[in-house]
Amino acid sequence: MPAKFETPREAVRRIRSGATVMVGGFGLSGVPVKLVDALLETPVGDLTVISNNIGTPGGGLGKWLRAGKIKKAIGSYFTTNPDVGRAYLEGKLEVQLMPQGTFCEAIRAGGSGIAAFYTPTAAGTDLAAGKEVREFDGKLYVLERALRADVALIKAYKADELGNLVYYKTARNFNPLMAMAADLTIAEVDEVVPAGALDPECIVTPHVFVDIVVTG
Amino acid sequence: MPTEEQIRHIIARRAALELNDGDVVNLGIGIPSLVNNYVPPGVRIHLHSENGILEVGPSPSPEKADPNLINASRQPVTELPGTSYFDSGLSFAMMRGGHIDATVIGALQVSETGDIASWAVPGKTVLGVGGAMDLVVGAKRVIVAMQHTTKEGAPKLVPRCTLPLTAKGEADVVVTEHAVFRFRNGRLVLVEIGDHIDLDTLRRLTAANFEMEEPLRVVSRWEGDWK
Repeated sequence: MPAKFETPREAVRRIRSGATVMVGGFGLSGVPVKLVDALLETPVGDLTVISNNIGTPGGGLGKWLRAGKIKKAIGSYFTTNPDVGRAYLEGKLEVQLMPQGTFCEAIRAGGSGIAAFYTPTAAGTDLAAGKEVREFDGKLYVLERALRADVALIKAYKADELGNLVYYKTARNFNPLMAMAADLTIAEVDEVVPAGALDPECIVTPHVFVDIVVTG
Repeated sequence: MPTEEQIRHIIARRAALELNDGDVVNLGIGIPSLVNNYVPPGVRIHLHSENGILEVGPSPSPEKADPNLINASRQPVTELPGTSYFDSGLSFAMMRGGHIDATVIGALQVSETGDIASWAVPGKTVLGVGGAMDLVVGAKRVIVAMQHTTKEGAPKLVPRCTLPLTAKGEADVVVTEHAVFRFRNGRLVLVEIGDHIDLDTLRRLTAANFEMEEPLRVVSRWEGDWK
């Protein structure tokens, strides 16, 4: 079904307390900031957030953390926001740390109907503790489960009227993967163009993965 | 004696000699980020950054910086002719799939069997691993560029890593300010030593057991007086 068009405030009303939410972005690049801000104005909390980082102190998803909306963070690199370490040590935040490539692949698998996969990354390290390890062709691989979410909040550059998406430079990062891996995908874009205005060869996320598009 | 900063550049300059013309290379943070300044004439490398860009260009002037055109250290970079962008999944497929020829990374410890510890210090809450584990497992050649000892003078080349591992047995080359070691058939071999240091001193600064290449290359690392 082609995507619906809503405002950020309308779109985030679909997110319930206790939900698992994927949020795109690497550092602050490719973070859907309008959606992040819109959710901040709702009473929703107790969220499990799947995102590579949790923003900066008071920036990006760092705002959700300061507002006490995050119960658990799943990602690869939280060092850029000292608030995360503090909340973790105070017992206010659960953290699940994953190697970044495993994190991506788990999301891609989640969006592709794959339950789990074997990766060589982290074999023999603390991050493989308690996980099944299997040898293939003389090399050790770690079994990793796929990741899915109730809602994915992603950032793209342009959408067409059907919800097909293109991205801007390194702001693409995790966004196309997360678009695939949630029951509801909400894409924040800078611009909406007529169907046919995007080169079909250049569309990165076809509209089947996109439920709602929001602009300013 | 070179300063701390000069030592970082001495290591980066020597690590750059490990790269071959045409290599697709991912450079880690710290000393490795300096390596691109020392790639020898006639060698062209193609930089990959795990946040989704191949053919990473040099840093722009501040007024031309684009917050959405960055490398994995979140520093502004530029496009080159032939730059491509891709999602993080494809970027890590390039690593694990063996499509990255070499990576230069820093490390806290390297063991005599090639284990690498580069991400977590015990006693500190480290909530970031990033792409380091995927990179060292996937890149065809792993070049560790690090200072020979810690700030406290403790050896970083050790029999067994005591810090949490990034990967087991993945190091191929270790470049320090004093020496170059290669892993050959899982054994650590000293192949090059600076002319500013004698072998006894190097052994004292190296806890790992190592073999020696004959003849050992002796090179000048520093034009000034090291002592």
